[in-house]
Amino acid sequence: MIKVEHLVKAFGPKLAVNDVSFSVERGEVLGFLGPNGAGKSTTMRMVTGYYPPTSGRITVGGHDMVENPIAAKRLIGYLPENAPGYADMTVNGFLNFCAELRGLQGDARKRAVHRAVELCFLENVLYQSIDTLSKGYKHRTCLAQSLIHDPDVLILDEPTDGLDPNQKHEVRGLIKRLGESKVVIFSTHILEEVEAACSRVIIIDRGHIVASGTPAELKARSPEGKLDEVFRAITLPDTVKHDVSHEVHA
Amino acid sequence: MNAWAAIRTIMKRELAGYFTSPIAYVFLVIFLLLTGFFTFTIGNFFERGEASLVSFFTWHPWLYLFLVPAAGMRLWSEERRLGTMELLLTMPVTTWQAIIGKFLASWLFLALALALTFPVAITVNYFGDPDNGVIFAGYVGSLMLAGAYLAVSCMTSALTRNQVISFILSVMICLFLILAGYSPVTDLLSQYASPVVVEIVAAFSVMTHFEGFQRGVLDTRDVVFFASVIGFMLFVTGVIIRNQRAG
Repeated sequence: MIKVEHLVKAFGPKLAVNDVSFSVERGEVLGFLGPNGAGKSTTMRMVTGYYPPTSGRITVGGHDMVENPIAAKRLIGYLPENAPGYADMTVNGFLNFCAELRGLQGDARKRAVHRAVELCFLENVLYQSIDTLSKGYKHRTCLAQSLIHDPDVLILDEPTDGLDPNQKHEVRGLIKRLGESKVVIFSTHILEEVEAACSRVIIIDRGHIVASGTPAELKARSPEGKLDEVFRAITLPDTVKHDVSHEVHA
Repeated sequence: MNAWAAIRTIMKRELAGYFTSPIAYVFLVIFLLLTGFFTFTIGNFFERGEASLVSFFTWHPWLYLFLVPAAGMRLWSEERRLGTMELLLTMPVTTWQAIIGKFLASWLFLALALALTFPVAITVNYFGDPDNGVIFAGYVGSLMLAGAYLAVSCMTSALTRNQVISFILSVMICLFLILAGYSPVTDLLSQYASPVVVEIVAAFSVMTHFEGFQRGVLDTRDVVFFASVIGFMLFVTGVIIRNQRAG
């Protein structure tokens, strides 16, 4: 369903993503794991068509993201990092706007908004403007937006960020349920989340894929069978001063 | 979804955005107060004893200089600040559709503000017998002028997430578009440069092209000028937005 080949993204001399390849099929939940600034968001922004890749190829449902972006974007529901929303719109207005941009009209649009509102428990704030929402509601509003057209592919950038433990549990459950029939890619730096929701994990560090496999496979790499030990062993903390030279384009 | 449906959806949201915040009401009230003040007090509408709206339209390039950037400064900078740009541009719409939708919404809003000045036209018709063709041409010219300034603001707002910077840049560029053909400046310039150079510089000015409309002449060249400014500025907006993402 999603195929990413040798993806590279350079910002000036800095390589944010360096030769990342993976593919995901329907029914899989792929977890993107990595320290802050590892290139998770940049990769997701390229897969969703926001950033054009410096080099490499992305196909979604057979459509090339660079050559045929509209067809590819139609298949994707995307929750960007920090869950943005138009501050002055109501939740209802915002979801209707997103549904309309997805080409939903009339009754189909009403049903889609209703469904997304139910999935994300937004009934109570439907007519509240987005800038008055708590962080949890704001996050769920943006999540609802990504689900509105019942997409085949869901890309969620830190979907549980800023949620309370109940909401986190709820969202993980939702990801798992949706993952049975769709492709889900989500990023996180919370390790328990990976175990709770993913069928496969990719660990990214400094733009490279440093490990990939099922959560069980990765855990087996550590003598104690703990994921956070594996994580710490293969990624560098950003407090360590690293050699910059390998990041600079020759 | 076809292109027009996408443009319309974005336009509708943007236009509604003016009215859900106080911007629209503040803008409309100030615009109408200022046009009234300039036309009747500074422009000596009554003392002129002329059945025309010259004293009304003359001030538009100067009035728009501050008001149009104020209406347009948030177009893209707000999207960047809120992060909704990422949302909008990962929807199945092209960058062009988003740019045109946003531009048209603001232009429509400015057209509404301009349309609300209709009492001036009624007044002049009540007191005298003006040439309404000239008045109509004046309105068309004023709308084109507003569109040109707005396209500039659209471009500057794509440059930064800071609305103040976007506003100031936009005012500066619009000021240049005025001054290049403003007679005190062209007079000064003609002392140092050959008439050809002065004419070329003046040809870039909105003043030169706005004057025709005020005289009631709908010259294709003037229309083409304003349309090209709008087209060029929106094109640059697109390039800026593309480059920001290209890294």
